[in-house]
Amino acid sequence: MDKRIQLDVLEPGLMTTVQDAGRYGYQASGFSVSGCMDLNAMQEANFLLNNPVGEAVLEMIYMGGTFRFSCDTFFSLTGADMSPLLNEKEIPCYQAIQAKAGDLLRCRTARNGRYGYLSVAGGFLISEVLGSKSTHLKCAVGGFRGRKLEKGDILLLCTETKRLLNLEQKEIFHGDYLPEINVRVVPGPQYGHFTEEGIRTFGNEKYVVSGESDRMGYRLEGPAVSCRDKADIISDGIAEGSVQVPSGGKPMVLLADRQTTGGYAKIGTVIAVDLPQLVQCMPGTAVRFSWVTVEEAQVLYRKDKREKRRMMRRTGYCPQNMGYLERIRRGSL
Amino acid sequence: MDEIIFSAVGEQGIAVLFEQKISEETNGKIRFLMEKLRKRKEIREMIPAFCSLLVFYDCRKISYSRMKRILEKEAAGLLAVKSGQKKIHIIPVCYGDTFGEDIGYVSEYTGLKEEEIIRLHCGRDYLIYMLGFLPGFAYLGGLDERIFCPRLESPRTRIMAGSIGIGGEQTGIYPLDSPGGWRLIGKTPLRPYDVHRNPPILYKMGDYIRFQSVTRDEYDEISAKVEQGIYRHRYITQ
Repeated sequence: MDKRIQLDVLEPGLMTTVQDAGRYGYQASGFSVSGCMDLNAMQEANFLLNNPVGEAVLEMIYMGGTFRFSCDTFFSLTGADMSPLLNEKEIPCYQAIQAKAGDLLRCRTARNGRYGYLSVAGGFLISEVLGSKSTHLKCAVGGFRGRKLEKGDILLLCTETKRLLNLEQKEIFHGDYLPEINVRVVPGPQYGHFTEEGIRTFGNEKYVVSGESDRMGYRLEGPAVSCRDKADIISDGIAEGSVQVPSGGKPMVLLADRQTTGGYAKIGTVIAVDLPQLVQCMPGTAVRFSWVTVEEAQVLYRKDKREKRRMMRRTGYCPQNMGYLERIRRGSL
Repeated sequence: MDEIIFSAVGEQGIAVLFEQKISEETNGKIRFLMEKLRKRKEIREMIPAFCSLLVFYDCRKISYSRMKRILEKEAAGLLAVKSGQKKIHIIPVCYGDTFGEDIGYVSEYTGLKEEEIIRLHCGRDYLIYMLGFLPGFAYLGGLDERIFCPRLESPRTRIMAGSIGIGGEQTGIYPLDSPGGWRLIGKTPLRPYDVHRNPPILYKMGDYIRFQSVTRDEYDEISAKVEQGIYRHRYITQ
């Protein structure tokens, strides 16, 4: 049987929210997907604890929070390295770690990467809104009361003791995030709106992640991408990774909290396997774009999924995962 | 028939782009296409818009070229679309006064009396071309050009949910408290968006909206019923 335990928020960090794989199935009504910015890190955090890979986690940005466990359990930290301390002793990321009742977990400033994830064994006891535990701050929907965590909040956890066996040996390797990255892009619906020169500029020049970047999207500083006529279009649907270019010519990659529709031309879409590394870029990180065909992007996507499944099978992981389609069905769409 | 363009949107999406012009006919075709595709297992989700449909599919189950062929085939059969029944949502609105503080401006700008503005605003049914921007924000078509009026020079930081505004050639309802630059002319006691209701949005793309002027007393009465969860949303089919 489940045993209710809790996690006390002593310090919330800069912006800590509850996020899962996202709120799918309602985009036609204007609901943003939200969910974790770095889905890889989220899945890995859950994987380390034998949670369903899409289980909700705490997403921390730039600076993590301080938490107290009320009961023995396991937890894991992935994504940005926030130099975590357990009872003031350094602990590693990308490992399942045991916490005893009363233990204090303190995360600090991110020193590699931007978004850090905290997962707890069994997950958080939070009711779903339209099939997801993700917080969408702008509309105050989902997660913990639709808002970011504050000092004094109490999160209920759900843990099954039988799942905690053997977790101590679990760890995965994770390298550093790079100071300069290459991001692959599939040409998009309004590719033809841009001049040949604009398309060349986008594919050849170096861009820098701007400070004006958030969960909705990352703005990029660099040479302007010129378009033929005007950059405005009749509003249409937006996908994760869509690269909008407003009339100023500065590309913007749309991410988790993106609007469902928009009126700027989209030169292309960043492929799913390259999004996690882009998301983890601090302002100032250099980004280069390169073109790939949709066929190449699909091969890369399938390969990535296969590798993840293989890794999980090798480590005896049996995810009771709820897939995307399952969510949509349950969301009574 | 006008050419339909298909474009990849990353590895998991295809945009179906119709003639890039806002028209009821094109919008009807998009709804029809969406209906035809609804049961397909390889399709995960769709975002319809004024003149396009964005289809998300599972690229582990089906390749881009096969998905595109399916969409081409389905889209080709869209010639003989006949519009079916119209569903018209009745939205009660209390115009002017504190609920529509800009109605005086609209009157001054258009040279029409307030009653005339209300009569024109309530006098036609507006097609919901698409939902987007915010949950339940409806892009409506067909505002009478006599009441077109410019947006505020600097947007208000907070507009109450249910407010009815005019912005340029558009009119609409703010589904939740948000900033906005439209001229406010009234407010509905209904909650077009309620995340804890099923479905959370009262209407969908392809439906119509008809505004109906109510007095302050009627507004309060409906508002109380909505509060208690006993108001029955009205719509008519034609």
